[in-house]
Formats: sequence, structure tokens, C-alpha cells
Amino acid sequence: MLEILLLAFSLATIAHAELCSPGAQNAIKVRYTWDASEEYLFKAMVAFAMRRYSNKATTQISNVLLCCMTERVSFWFVVTDSSKNVTTVPGSEVEAAIRMNRNRINSAFLLTDHTLEFLKISTTLSPPVESTVPVWLVVFSVVLCLVIAGIFLLIVSGIRQRRKNNNDSAEYGDLEDQCGTQVTTENGIPCDILDLKSGHINGVYTADDERFTPL
Amino acid sequence: MEKSRPLWDNPLQFVFACISYAVGLGNVWRFPYLCQTYGGGIASVVVSFFLSMYYNVINAWAFWYLFNSFQDPLPWANCPLNSNHTGYDEECAKTSSTQYFWYRKTLNISPSIDENGSIQWEQAVCLILAWLLVYLCILRGTESTGKVVYITASLPYVVLIIYLIRGLTLHGSVNGLIYMFTPKLEQLANPKTWINAATQIFFSLGLGFGSLIAFASYNKPNNNCERHAIIVSLINSSTSIFASIVTFSIYGFKATFNYENCISKVILLLTNAFDLEEGAITADNLNSMKDYLTSVYPNEYAELLPQIKNCSLEAELDTAVQGTGLAFILYSEAIKNMEVPQLYSVLYFIMLLTLGIGSMLGNITAIITPLTDSKFLSTHLPKEAISGIVCFINCIIGLVFTTKAGNYWFNIFNDYAATLSLLLIVLVETIAVCYIYGLRRFEDDLHLMLGHKPNWYWKIMWAFASPVLIISLFIFYLTDYIHTGTLQYQAWDATQGQQVTKDYPSYALAVIGLLVAASTMCIPLGALITFVMKRLKRNVSTLE
Repeated sequence: MLEILLLAFSLATIAHAELCSPGAQNAIKVRYTWDASEEYLFKAMVAFAMRRYSNKATTQISNVLLCCMTERVSFWFVVTDSSKNVTTVPGSEVEAAIRMNRNRINSAFLLTDHTLEFLKISTTLSPPVESTVPVWLVVFSVVLCLVIAGIFLLIVSGIRQRRKNNNDSAEYGDLEDQCGTQVTTENGIPCDILDLKSGHINGVYTADDERFTPL
Repeated sequence: MEKSRPLWDNPLQFVFACISYAVGLGNVWRFPYLCQTYGGGIASVVVSFFLSMYYNVINAWAFWYLFNSFQDPLPWANCPLNSNHTGYDEECAKTSSTQYFWYRKTLNISPSIDENGSIQWEQAVCLILAWLLVYLCILRGTESTGKVVYITASLPYVVLIIYLIRGLTLHGSVNGLIYMFTPKLEQLANPKTWINAATQIFFSLGLGFGSLIAFASYNKPNNNCERHAIIVSLINSSTSIFASIVTFSIYGFKATFNYENCISKVILLLTNAFDLEEGAITADNLNSMKDYLTSVYPNEYAELLPQIKNCSLEAELDTAVQGTGLAFILYSEAIKNMEVPQLYSVLYFIMLLTLGIGSMLGNITAIITPLTDSKFLSTHLPKEAISGIVCFINCIIGLVFTTKAGNYWFNIFNDYAATLSLLLIVLVETIAVCYIYGLRRFEDDLHLMLGHKPNWYWKIMWAFASPVLIISLFIFYLTDYIHTGTLQYQAWDATQGQQVTKDYPSYALAVIGLLVAASTMCIPLGALITFVMKRLKRNVSTLE
């Protein structure tokens, strides 16, 4: 979108002949590249804003005067008051009117506060949407519950397994010797590791009846 | 009944554990290990302890950013408004929204290290969550760690590949890549560059932490450690290069984006000031237009001059942020400008988390392995309880880093807890293995495990090249410390919206000295104690 800059400016003196001139009282500068139709629309929007603000249906399109248009599309404008002998409406009123209807004016030109700039009328920034519960807290709680559940599960299963092992070893207490001999190490490597490496027990040496020397 | 030592299910788990630990915020190994009994000695444990104290805070930050990524727009994309909604918050306006989010919303940093402030509850709960997650992963020892490292090793690569594709297709990424690959010759001549490079690869490999030794102690004795050493080193280095390509393309995107923003602001300023036609000034003719305007309207232009910034792509690329700031500020700034920023943000911080957790697993294992190996503790407490107590203690101490001045203490630990001491530890390890234990005996051990003796390359590296390199690194570090005089730190000034340099107060200097001393003194102290005890035993036995 083309950039429009409008400059709002208010001076002290009123010049009758030159109601609209750069820096004239109550004159507001606008920037926009446009043709006569856009100009007409702008005048209409300002008149609309004045009508809305003061609730009087007296402001006409002819009351809005534009002047000193530059290539940049910036110009000055004033709003005259036909009821009061060709004077200009105070700048503060114009400012307030435009501020009230800023949104409508922007939408008419399909522009935003940045691209349609009324200098001296600062934008009122919209506050960000604040939800009651911060989003991050929700996600945090979910993850926290998952982690705690995981820890709990692991600990419980560990305890259960240990209890089962203790029970098993209590049952087979008298075979402890056998267990002992089977976990000997061969060359510093535990037997069960060797088993994994496809070692196998030589049946000749672990025959049951030869385990104990005869009396 | 002798219980056999738990083992990795298959060698791949060990490799993945090492990669995960290494490709953390960095590590692999160059030397084989010797002692299976004590996981590297008490010095390594002390260093690992210091490390795990502060390292998990990074994971807490990653969690915080991750949880905040689930909103639209991202909270660091825009500045918040000030109290009467007329403009943006003052501090945020002076700096960028991403820096504001990091310094104010995340850290809530105080102006100097002296002002301690209170614990930030948001960071504290994130830290607790991070420790709970670490505890979950190491709970069952290698049983659980072995499974976890599959994820922590592979997920970062997946995300890096996604980012590579996304990064290379971003506008302006090429600038970053060109910047990365053009060597700055004057920097290459600076010895500091080489020292930093050497230090980086050194820490990237995580030598001296005992973690690799701890991991390796769970290997079967006939594990092909030679092959694994090469694999992990290569993977670590190539990952670093791969990650740099991704980082620099993102960097180039961010720099180009900021540069183009800067240019359009200048164009707007000039166009408005001189009421020129829309499109009269473009990026291409900016300089010629500037000259033209200076000549035609010298007065007005002179008035405008302070507001016109000199935009430079080089300057944007040069703004390197250091350390943790890089990961959080830089990437969040780049992400907020992409399409669907929430997706990329979530991916990125999940990757940071997996990297961080992978490294934490290594650190914690280095501490817990000697504890569980010691007969005294393992008879009284089950493994789960020991891990739990270690995690709990570390968590409580880590809460210090969530206070307002916490980031300054974090930087102290980050800079000083590991650097000098690690160099010393690894030097001692190398000398111990090669000269005291004997290279010959070591060769025979390897022959037993691998089936062949290590070739001459390894022997030269272990016996000569590595000690020489480490000693020179050590000397450079010391001279650097001595040269810079009093140590200084970067403090965040909220009124200016940027960092200022300040001197460390005396108690901070004392802490630094303690950190360095605590780990380095362990080696001579340990040797002394062993020596004294041997002497006593000999005296006792001769008396009998």
C-alpha cells in the first residue's frame, strides 16, 4: 500500500485569505499519491468524522480544504466552519474527531496507522490479548505430570523387581553353592558374559554327582 | 554372590551415548581410557560436579522458551506496551524485543552481580522440571540411559536437517554462508584464534570430565574402543561443521532482514523529510540520492544526519553474541521472522533440550558411577536413592542461578569451572597413562582387548603431540589471565538497553579462585594422600 503521512499542525493566527496553507492554524498535513477521487473520499471521511464527533450535521465536504500537495503525497488540510464566518475549526477538535474515528478512516483507504499517518495524532496501540492462564503454565504442567508419572512408574517397578529377586534367592537358598560356582570368572571375565559370546558349558565338568567329593 | 556389572545392550548404545554426550554442548575423545575402577579420579568428579550444578540451568531456559512457543504471536516478537498504552515499554524500545524477552522476561536480570534479588519462580520450576527429567533418564542406570541416548543422539540431527533445508531457502542465507567461509586472514594470524579453536574442540570432546570413562566402563572388555574413538571424533567434528552451516544460514537471514529493515527506515526518513515521491529512493540509489540531497538541501540534511543510521550488512553479521545468548537471542530473533514461527520455535528448543539433556546424562553419570561403585555407599543405599540425592543436591544449589543476579554467577561457572582444571586433568591423565603406567603395558592391554596393537600414529599422539599441545594451551591460558589484570564481566544496563563492562567484586573473585583451585588441587592432594597412606601401611607392615 502506498504510504500516506498526514501532518497535524496547529498555529495561533488565522489567515482569512489563506485558510489552508502549510503551517496555518488548524491545518493538518497529509501525504498520499492520489487523484481527485481519492481526494474527494478523504474530504468525505474528515467531514464524516467531524459530524460524528460534534453530532451536528453541519459539516459539508466543501468545508474541508486541502492544499500544498506534494509528490510524496502529503498535504495540509483544514476544516472550516461555515456557521461561524469562515473560520477554521480548532485543531484539537479535529484531532479528537479523527482519533475517535481513526479506524473507519484507515479502513476506507485500506491502510493502517503506520501507512496513513496523521502527524501529531499518535496512535493508540492496542494491548496484546492476555489470557487468564498463561499458556506456558499449561504446557509446563502437562510435561511435569508426565515426567513425575514416569519416575514413579520406574521406581515402583524397580522396587517390585528387587522384592521378587529377594524372594527368589530366599527360595533357592540351599543351592547357593551351585549359584556360586556358576558365577566364577574365566580369565577375569564373568561366565554369564562369556555365555553371551556363545561359550557353552562343558557338560563333563558340571556333572551333578561329581560336585561333592565322596566321603 | 557376585553381581556382574551392568552393560550396554549393544555397542551402538555406547556409541550413541558418547555422541549424545559429545554432540551436546560438546564432546568426544582422543585418548583411550585406563582406569575402569574410579571413573577418572576424584578431580574429574569434582569438575563434573561443578558442571552439572550450572549446566542444567541451560535446560531450564530451553524449557521456558519451549513452553512459551505455543502462542501466537510469539512473546518475543513484539515489545510489550508501557503502562498507559501510548507506546512501547522503555527498556524494550531501546533494545530489541528478543533481547528484552531474554534479559527481562526470562532472566529478570539485575544491573550488577552485587544486587542479588529474589529467585524467579518461573525459572525455578523449569529448573526443577529439568532435574526431574534428568533423574528419570538415569534412574535405572545404563538400562534406561541406554534407551534414552537413542533419542538424544538422533533427534538433534533430524531437527538440524529440517533447519538446514529451511535455512538454505531463506532470503539472505547466502550472505551468512559467504561470511562463514571467507577466512579473515588477519584473524588467522592472531594466536588467540587458534587457542579458542583448540579449546573449543577440547571441550567439545568433553575430555577430562570422566563421563567418557564412566560410559566406557560399562562396555564389554573386548569392545573395539579404537574404532569407536575414531567414529565419535569424526562424528563430533562433522556435526560441528554441519551445525555451523545451519547456524550461519540462519545468521545470514537475520542479518539481511535487519539490514533491509534499516535501509527501509532510512529511505522512509529521507522521503518524508524531503517530501519526495514514493519510490524515488530505493535501496540501490540510496547512496547517490543521499549525495544529491546533501548538495541540494545541505541545511536540512545536516539536521537530519544524527537520525540517519549507517546500515551495513557486515556490521550485522559481525554482531556475534557470546555463549548462551547466541542460542537464545539470535535464534529466537531469526525464528520470529519466519512463517509459522511456532513450529520452528518448538523444533529448535526441543533440539536444544535433547542436546542439553544428553550432555547432562554424561555429567551425572560421571558423578554417580564412582559413587555406585564404591562399596560403602552401594551397600547402604539403592542406586535410585543415590541418583536421587545427587540430583536433589544439584537442584538446590542450581536455584542460585535462578535469582536475579543468577546469570552473572552462571557466567562465572561457565568461564572458570572447567577451563584450566580440565587442561590439567587431561594432561595428568595422558602423562599417567603414557609414562607412569607405561606405554608398553598400555599397548599390551589394548592388544588384549582389540586383538592388535595400536599403530605408531596413536603412540606418537599420546606420548608426544598431545602433552605438548595441552601444555602450550595451558601456558597461553595462564598468560592471558595474567595479561588482562582484573577480571571483568558484562552487566546488563536496563536504562541504556545494552551491556556494560564492570569489574568483579572481591567475593566473586574469591569464588573464581576457589573453583579453579578446587578441581586442580585434587590431583596433587589425591597423590599426596595416596602416598602418605602407602607410607603408613608400609610402616605398619614393617613394624609387625
